[in-house]
Amino acid sequence: MADKVIYAMYDDDDVLKDGAKKLVSKGVKINEVFSPFPIHGIDPIIGIKNTRLGIMAFLYGLVGLTLATVGMRFFMIVDWPMNIGGKPSMTYMDNMLAFIPITFEFTVLCAAHGMAITYLIVNKTLPGMPAQNPDPRTTDDKFVMELRLSENTSFSSSELEKMLKDTGVIELDLKEI
Amino acid sequence: MEFKIANKAKMLTFVLMAGGLLMLVIGLIMHRSDHNFLTRLLSNTLINSFFFFSIGLGALFFLALQYATETGWYATVKRVIEALAGFIPVGIVLMVVALLTLTFTNGAHVYTWMDPDVTDTASHHYDEMIDGKSGYLNKAFFWIRTLIYLATYYVFYKGFRARSLEEDRVGGTEIHFKNYRKGALFLVFFSVFSSTSVWDWIMSIDVHWFSTLFGWYTFAGMWCTTMTVLVMLVLYLKKQGYLPKVNDSHIHDIGKWTFATSFLWSYLFFSQFMLIWYANIGEEATYYIQRIEEYQLMYFGMFFINFAFPMLLLMSRDAKRSANILIFVGLIIVCGHWVDVYIMVSGGSMGATASIGFVEIGMAVAFLGLFIRVVLTNLTKAPLTPVNHPFLDESIHHEI
Repeated sequence: MADKVIYAMYDDDDVLKDGAKKLVSKGVKINEVFSPFPIHGIDPIIGIKNTRLGIMAFLYGLVGLTLATVGMRFFMIVDWPMNIGGKPSMTYMDNMLAFIPITFEFTVLCAAHGMAITYLIVNKTLPGMPAQNPDPRTTDDKFVMELRLSENTSFSSSELEKMLKDTGVIELDLKEI
Repeated sequence: MEFKIANKAKMLTFVLMAGGLLMLVIGLIMHRSDHNFLTRLLSNTLINSFFFFSIGLGALFFLALQYATETGWYATVKRVIEALAGFIPVGIVLMVVALLTLTFTNGAHVYTWMDPDVTDTASHHYDEMIDGKSGYLNKAFFWIRTLIYLATYYVFYKGFRARSLEEDRVGGTEIHFKNYRKGALFLVFFSVFSSTSVWDWIMSIDVHWFSTLFGWYTFAGMWCTTMTVLVMLVLYLKKQGYLPKVNDSHIHDIGKWTFATSFLWSYLFFSQFMLIWYANIGEEATYYIQRIEEYQLMYFGMFFINFAFPMLLLMSRDAKRSANILIFVGLIIVCGHWVDVYIMVSGGSMGATASIGFVEIGMAVAFLGLFIRVVLTNLTKAPLTPVNHPFLDESIHHEI
């Protein structure tokens, strides 16, 4: 679907934040903000939902916990019973203390890697993927706010541009995607 | 804003102290003819003196940590931390009374190494291992060390408190930088004393046994208790309408400390336990064998509660901002850490004959009443917001 996008560039994150507050109070829908660093408090202003990455981390952790337990039981008890610490009891439960550090490490490993990879996929930023930000300067010292005309049908593009200019933008750009 | 103790709180502390003392007296009369009467009484004095003294000490450590790291967020709750640290003078008196009584009763089977018979080769109680340690574990050197620890803690507490009150009057950053240096200096002393003091006061009860992790383990428990008490006290003051500048973010941060220090404690419990279990050396394993045989349910129950409750209930962001959950978890793990100290001491002194009855509960409740009263009284002595703290503005705008 053809859509028009307005990119408004700022050179200060506080100016952007104040501008975003003003625009939202007038009923403008801001689609996205690009910034070289996290801007504290911007998420609730532009209406971004809380991340669900934590839930995924828990699930990845559970997978790691299960894999570690099943794996170690097979390697150390079933397939090749090991004498652990001079206590050849050959059961998982009695030797569990020795397995806890590895279980813990593997849980953390799976949770951390799973979380990082999920994050990269969801943001479409896996290595080699085309960049999502509209302007390379947003990785340096500029901040860009993205407005879609299809989400702001009650305003014309010139109205939006006028409102944006009042918030202290340094550059405005209208693009078709 | 000045703090005034509510009548209800005055009433509560009075009821706790009077009820505790009454229970203690009933317990003492009930058990007056037991052969281990004195050991039981003095074990409990040591347990409770140490437990409540260590909450004050944990607060002093936490305060020094904030100074040394030039932290900003805590400025609005600084006076609450100081009020907890203000239990130190009373705690020192309690510790000295408990340790002096033990010294004059030759250890009363709590500190067996204090008994002159065990180092006397002619006696049938002679113990070669204790005799070998007597260069370090003897009454004179024990008291020299104890007095050095207590004097250091007292001097640093007095200094921090005096400078904090002076800062309210004069402002500026000179006091801030002085606190920064003194805070770092305290941490240097504390890093050694936190270990060696509990070797002397607690670990020497199981005189044949030793563990290099014991100091950190006890310290982690102390820190966790302090953070838990701190969050509950801040929530109480908020509920009463004090501390208007403390917002959800501050509560969340102290909640995180409770969560994190619970993990630190569990981690050290497990490290000490697993290494000894793995190596399986007789003189090390005896500590756990005895506790598992005599306190199995209580010992592992205490570990489970102190680990699982904060982990499961305080994991989410919302939980760390909810007063009800924090108070619920807090009350449980403070009891859990008291049981931890109880087993540390009783396991060595009373062994299988230990039980929790009127003496134990009565004394703990009476000490709790005293503790609350002293802390609340400390809060009345200074404005609840340190007006000239250099980071006060940062703390007021704290948002996470």
